[in-house]
Amino acid sequence: MTTYDDALAKFEPVFGLETHVELGTASKMFCGCSTTFGAAPNTHTCPTCLGLPGSLPVTNAMAIESTIRIGLALHCTIASWCRFARKNYFYPDMPKNFQISQYDEPLCTDGYLDVEINGEVVRVGIERVHLEEDTGKSLHVGGSTGRIHGATHSLVDYNRAGIPLVEIVTKPVPATGALAPEVARAYVTELRETLRALDVSDVRMEEGSLRCDVNLSLNAIGAAEWGTRSETKNVNSLRSVERAVRSEIERQADVLSSGGRVKQETRHFHEDSGLSTSGRSKEQAEDYRYFPEPDLVPIAPSADWVEALRAALPELPFDRRRRLRDEWGISVLDMQSALNAGAVNSIEATVALGVAARDAFKWWMGELARQANERGVEVGELPITPAHVACIVALVDAGTLNDKLARQVLDAVVAGEGDPDAVVAARGLAVVSDDGALGQAIDAAIAADPDVAQKVRDGKIAAAGALVGAVMKATQGQADAARVRELVLERLTSV
Amino acid sequence: MGDLTRLTAAQTAAVVASGEASAVDVTRAHLERIDTVDTSVHAFLHVDVEGALTAAANVDAKRAAGEHLGALAGVPLALKDVLTMNGVPTTCGSKILEGWRPPYDSTVVRKLREADVVIVGKTNMDEFAMGSSTENSAYGVTRNPWDLNRIPGGSSGGSSAAVAGFEAPLAIGTDTGGSIRQPAAVTGIVGVKPTYGAVSRYGLIAFSSSLDQAGPFARTVFDAALLHAAIAGHDPLDSTSIDAPVPDVVAAAQHADVRGLRVGVVRELNGAGYDAGVRQRFSEAVDLLAELGASVGEVSCPHFDYAMPAYYLIAPSECSSNLARFDAMRFGLRIGDDGAHSAEEVMALTRAAGFGAEVKRRIMLGTYALSSGYYDAYYGSAQKVRTLITRDFAAAFENFDVLVSPTTPTTAFPIGERTDDPLKMYLADLDTIPSNLAGNAAMSLPCGLSPDDGLPVGFQVMAPAMADDRLYRVGAALEAALNDRWGAPLIDQAPAL
Repeated sequence: MTTYDDALAKFEPVFGLETHVELGTASKMFCGCSTTFGAAPNTHTCPTCLGLPGSLPVTNAMAIESTIRIGLALHCTIASWCRFARKNYFYPDMPKNFQISQYDEPLCTDGYLDVEINGEVVRVGIERVHLEEDTGKSLHVGGSTGRIHGATHSLVDYNRAGIPLVEIVTKPVPATGALAPEVARAYVTELRETLRALDVSDVRMEEGSLRCDVNLSLNAIGAAEWGTRSETKNVNSLRSVERAVRSEIERQADVLSSGGRVKQETRHFHEDSGLSTSGRSKEQAEDYRYFPEPDLVPIAPSADWVEALRAALPELPFDRRRRLRDEWGISVLDMQSALNAGAVNSIEATVALGVAARDAFKWWMGELARQANERGVEVGELPITPAHVACIVALVDAGTLNDKLARQVLDAVVAGEGDPDAVVAARGLAVVSDDGALGQAIDAAIAADPDVAQKVRDGKIAAAGALVGAVMKATQGQADAARVRELVLERLTSV
Repeated sequence: MGDLTRLTAAQTAAVVASGEASAVDVTRAHLERIDTVDTSVHAFLHVDVEGALTAAANVDAKRAAGEHLGALAGVPLALKDVLTMNGVPTTCGSKILEGWRPPYDSTVVRKLREADVVIVGKTNMDEFAMGSSTENSAYGVTRNPWDLNRIPGGSSGGSSAAVAGFEAPLAIGTDTGGSIRQPAAVTGIVGVKPTYGAVSRYGLIAFSSSLDQAGPFARTVFDAALLHAAIAGHDPLDSTSIDAPVPDVVAAAQHADVRGLRVGVVRELNGAGYDAGVRQRFSEAVDLLAELGASVGEVSCPHFDYAMPAYYLIAPSECSSNLARFDAMRFGLRIGDDGAHSAEEVMALTRAAGFGAEVKRRIMLGTYALSSGYYDAYYGSAQKVRTLITRDFAAAFENFDVLVSPTTPTTAFPIGERTDDPLKMYLADLDTIPSNLAGNAAMSLPCGLSPDDGLPVGFQVMAPAMADDRLYRVGAALEAALNDRWGAPLIDQAPAL
């Protein structure tokens, strides 16, 4: 077996990604059926998405709008006139035995998406963004693997058939070397964040609303031509994107190193093993007999409309992260960890409530990140709001809470005991800051331990710690230790 | 009341509205007529006795309640079996759809119901509308009421025969390359292909999406106008449906005046290959238009000569894709579902058994024409020809308001004469195809019986897109003048069945 390092010592990988994104429109691409995930099989269907004889497609205008917005966010050129095309092939979960897609006239072309790897910007070129309809879903029953081989029969659910699908195809990404797997993952991550910011899809990879195919080839370092590429399908998590690129680099390097030839083929990635297996060969290319879809009129977005959509685009995640990093004064790495923890929105909202960025970052990325991690959720999903955090920070600033108490309040809020003020009141957690009440406790402590008190009087300031500890114990930790120390020293020294 | 089946649609609607006859009486009369003659004509694949009587009873109830009735209330209609009707068998003349009952109404059917029309049944057709004689039906041939040994035209031959045979005063057909006009011509009735996009295709089972258009059959131009008006109009369920007001075809059919109208005789649609009798009756009708005050001239449309080859690339290409959905998975015939065959094999076995020879021929032609490496030479070139033909029309319509030609080069040919010679069969649509390729409107109306064989000859009028009203203006004028000359409508000369 060729190791990853050996592979990279000899070969240069070139990869490309095809990403399919299910749009979050309320209705399907060419009919009025619902797109809601998880309904009983074949309940979200009608003559059109079942491909019944005589039915006709009607384009979902919202899907066109979403696709144009995606194209604009990816810095693409938007076609002023383009058509849908029919992609003809037979499969039981394809209701019409052709897919309405786009062929040589995609809606968006020639853009890019910038991603950051360790603070370095890598620009990934976008070849095209086009719109098509999803197929139904086949369920193969009776076999041990759930795959078609060995199955006794198959069931087809057409609920997914006709859901609008955007295909985003990158240009080949060369010259990333050993970083190729990371760049691939960063690209999909950035794309997902961008789609989320556009609010065009729920981009849930586990539900299949964002799916990736990885194209990859290797060439000898310095070679003028790229090698033969494989296409790995079924790469359906961020981690898998990284693993699929890495394992395909190793596999192809193995083939090439032993004098073999990489086959142009479709491969299937397996989540469990992190490896891929050979699918159908693409050497005899399938002929899809594309031709313009005669049942639909061309799409001709007006320049005014496109410009209005461009003007209304939200701030894109890449730009936003740079801005927030500057505003918050944090490092690239800190921003990266905030992003990974899903905490950026929460931090931003907390800062917007007047909290110092340093404090907001500290709470969300400290105690709350730890709790989220324990629960296996993103920070933003914890049952605590930016307003709660802002309230706790304000209580600390006012001296009502110290750090330790604040943490307890935070835990109580997350545990569902109410908002911070309610928790403080219910648990009686406020710092004892009334000097009168503290004074009595301090006097009692001094009276209880005259030897220690004498040492302090004699100038052994460090001995005051024992008295402070006694006071803290007497007040059940609700006093501000620094203030206690001040008051002890005030009494025992002539300062 | 006399024989209710001999009335025009307009007369039928009038007697129903006035109460002289009930819609149920009218429907029963037609069902009886169908019972009597359809064993020999075989216009219908399915007669919906119960549905028709229910619809008729509803019309009578509405009338009794003083509710508003549509312009064609209570008028029986025969529907080509290519349009879906909720719960009623729809086969497209194919074994592959035997027993299928669609779960929805086509827009045409919805509009007919809204107009209180009584749909009496589904009519025979060439399988998936591919043919010019109705001999390609998987359910047997339909016979021409003028001569039972001859074809009724196609692909809408069941609809034309039903109207010519007085089994219904109205019928719906579809016209992809002439499938309304040619059957109308050879059965001596009126048939109209409206502008592409004027009548919704929703629920029309596609043969060639960019060419298919549903339209009316009737025994008079005015009846055709009433039906045209009832089914036309924008439909949000059909993207290619035109969102513009429908030309007032009914008013045009009542404005039988061609004075000053410029009529262009298309040079390419005449001459060698046309029956002498067809040419004679056509030219007499052209002379008659001139007598009525039209200014008649000749016009050349040079690219019409390439219409046929272009059509036989575009239509099969689209059909090869449109018919892919007939795969045994969700509806219709299923062969080989015995656990021993894969899904792919079940699809192949079903299609082998379910499609007829002509359908297979066109699927193969189209699959080849669209395949990689041939697309530009075939489908691509055909689309260019289509553009050139559209330009020929545009140029001709700069100088003429309407163009005219014979509807088809011959009268009805004998059953079986052309079944072994597809190319000869295809020639029946020589004159009608250009209007489909351009998306224009066109009509066929009878212009007499051929002196050669005593069979009807069709006269074709062609108008620009969305100028369908011109067809009716010319058609109504010519029909009135011809009826004057004959002393009665031509259809009255048809033999009793």
